[in-house]
Amino acid sequence: MNNPYEPYPVTIKEIKTETADRSLKTFTFAFIHQADEAAFSYRSGQFAMLSVPRVGEIPIGIASASSEKGIVKFTVFKTGKVTTFLHNMKQGDVMGIRGPMGNGFPLEQMTKKNLLIIGGGFAFTTLRSTIITLMQPDVRDQYGTIDVVYGARNPGMLLYQDELDQWCRQPGINMHITVDETDDPDWPHHTGFVPAVAGECAPESTGNSVAIVCGPPVMIKFTRPVLADLGYGDENILMSLENRMKCGIGMCGRCNIGQELVCRDGPVFTLAYLNKTPGEF
Amino acid sequence: MIIIKKTELARAMARAQDTYILSGPVETFHGHTFRHLEPGQTPDLSYQHTLVSPKAVVFPPSDPLLTFSGNDWTGPDLAGLPPQAAVGIRPYDAKALHLLKYNFDTPEYKDPFFLSRFENLTLVGLAENQPDPANFSTSCGTGPFDETGLDMLLVDLGDALAGKILTDKGEAFARAAGLVPIPAEKKTAVASTIAELKTRAEKSMTSPREFGSLDPVSTLDLYEQADWEALAFGCINCNTCTFVCPTCWCFDIQDEARGQKGVRLKLWDSCMSALYSAHASGHNPRQQGWQRFRNRFMHKLKYFADKYGAGPMCVGCGRCIRLCPAGIDIRTIHQALSRLEAVT
Ligand SMILES: Cc1cc2nc3c(=O)[nH]c(=O)nc-3n(C[C@H](O)[C@H](O)[C@H](O)COP(=O)(O)OP(=O)(O)OC[C@H]3O[C@@H](n4cnc5c(N)ncnc54)[C@H](O)[C@@H]3O)c2cc1C
Ligand code: SF4
Ligand code: SF4
Ligand code: FES
Repeated sequence: MNNPYEPYPVTIKEIKTETADRSLKTFTFAFIHQADEAAFSYRSGQFAMLSVPRVGEIPIGIASASSEKGIVKFTVFKTGKVTTFLHNMKQGDVMGIRGPMGNGFPLEQMTKKNLLIIGGGFAFTTLRSTIITLMQPDVRDQYGTIDVVYGARNPGMLLYQDELDQWCRQPGINMHITVDETDDPDWPHHTGFVPAVAGECAPESTGNSVAIVCGPPVMIKFTRPVLADLGYGDENILMSLENRMKCGIGMCGRCNIGQELVCRDGPVFTLAYLNKTPGEF
Repeated sequence: MIIIKKTELARAMARAQDTYILSGPVETFHGHTFRHLEPGQTPDLSYQHTLVSPKAVVFPPSDPLLTFSGNDWTGPDLAGLPPQAAVGIRPYDAKALHLLKYNFDTPEYKDPFFLSRFENLTLVGLAENQPDPANFSTSCGTGPFDETGLDMLLVDLGDALAGKILTDKGEAFARAAGLVPIPAEKKTAVASTIAELKTRAEKSMTSPREFGSLDPVSTLDLYEQADWEALAFGCINCNTCTFVCPTCWCFDIQDEARGQKGVRLKLWDSCMSALYSAHASGHNPRQQGWQRFRNRFMHKLKYFADKYGAGPMCVGCGRCIRLCPAGIDIRTIHQALSRLEAVT
């Protein structure tokens, strides 16, 4: 019996501070053993347990795409014990990762469809993974239009700024970036909350459209009616949830919504499915 | 079938300890508890029930998952565990271990900490001739003489114990303890005595209610329509019911360290506590005490039953009823939910 609680050792290859307030950093890890990298084969929307020896373990969405060979990336918000310790670690330090976990986005079931991707705050991390995957030339052709609505509190809080600029210029993807507020008179993008901007900019459903929503519970709550107005049926709305987790493998019982375990049966669910379960997220 | 005179029990157990690590009921200051037996220690088979359930035999309250030395870590070696036997476990508690297995042995993931112990364990049960008043196990698909989860069942005959061997594991245990089968001609008489004791014990139980399926009523109806705030009135979310329950399995994972040395522990946890489901953002989907109460009882009576088709996640041991400071009784909750079933 192999031990699903045992992490793979990784070294920190790179640490990048993402936001002006330094509260978010992206960590790039390289596997110490090649066999572990092969075993850690993942898809966008999955997450992993980051394991800091003697400090603890936390679930974090995978920000890289499997097409980025040799590395895995995670963007971590500094909020408590483990995340603060991690933020103080250095390039070259050794730690562990356990996973991949969860179901991820079923992208191969969405081919030929128009995609609307909506993200807010640092939940955008796994959406980076999705966008990178979809923008691979051989993958991009398999989908219709791709629209992304992404919001942060202010310009300094936007993640992956270089990549955002690049995606904004890139054909094949329509970026709608917004901030809650800014005092920059030259701010080239939107101002306003994600649900409002989605209402203004996102394409209506053609009946062949899927929306992927990833964000804090309050954003999810206000985005639901907007998507309904745009004609997205609940079965075509995919949501990624973030219930509190410990084991990540469906055993500690912590992350349940009714009889579903977000870590194992999710974190991605259709809204139609969630409507049939107790709304505990 | 074997017979052991009570005066010979200690010797048989000592013999069994050459092969097995034993656990069993022992008396403590707080009443009986089920624990590891030291060499030469005999299980106290005169007990009624243990305060905390014996689930620790397979699911210890604190279980090291990894040990750290600097940045290196290793998991414990679980392959070479010596065989273990739980002697004198009540049939309902044995059934509870089988219910726990549904959680720890899934098609996707296996928990080697639980499973290596479970597979290595021989369950030597002890029938309950006079069930205590809070025991309603017959309503939960088990009972004071239920054999289903056991490898051997001991029955108290006064100055001796009869032992029914139920599986190969039970047979191996009997052999290791030097217990020899009784002659065939004596078997029928012992069997009919056991049958009589069983009928008497089951009849004496006061909860004949079928404590099973809430199948006909939908999860959302139970969740939304039952008056959970009223049902939870009085519950102080003290966690007692979850910690004493043999079928509760929630756990936490925490690191403990001193300098460069450390250990990652799997620790019993309780869904009744607010911290349990609090997100790091501060949002908590079960912020209110009654919401957590609802989750516990829905899990016991509905989610588990629907998910595995193995009945409720309760064996009717009565511990939570006996120990709840607010007098909350899972049978009353079941009854209230069943009434909802009648109206919807
Ligand atoms: C599937 C999934 C994906 C995620 N992806 C990401 C990601 O990509 N990036 C990211 O930054 N985060 C992500 N998170 C959140 C991340 O897991 C948490 O921020 C992290 O676990 C916090 O760990 P910590 O030890 O630093 O915080 P802790 O020290 O555990 O807690 C920090 C704060 O959280 C709250 N809190 C935590 N525990 C409790 C408690 N028991 N009671 C009350 N409040 C509590 C408190 O406000 C506390 O100050 C994800 C979570 C999930 C489930
Ligand atoms: S023992 Fe009683 S008061 Fe304590 S958490 Fe359980 S139901 Fe509530
Ligand atoms: S819920 Fe109560 S009666 Fe049922 S198994 Fe647990 S402690 Fe025993
Ligand atoms: S995190 Fe343990 S069950 Fe989901």
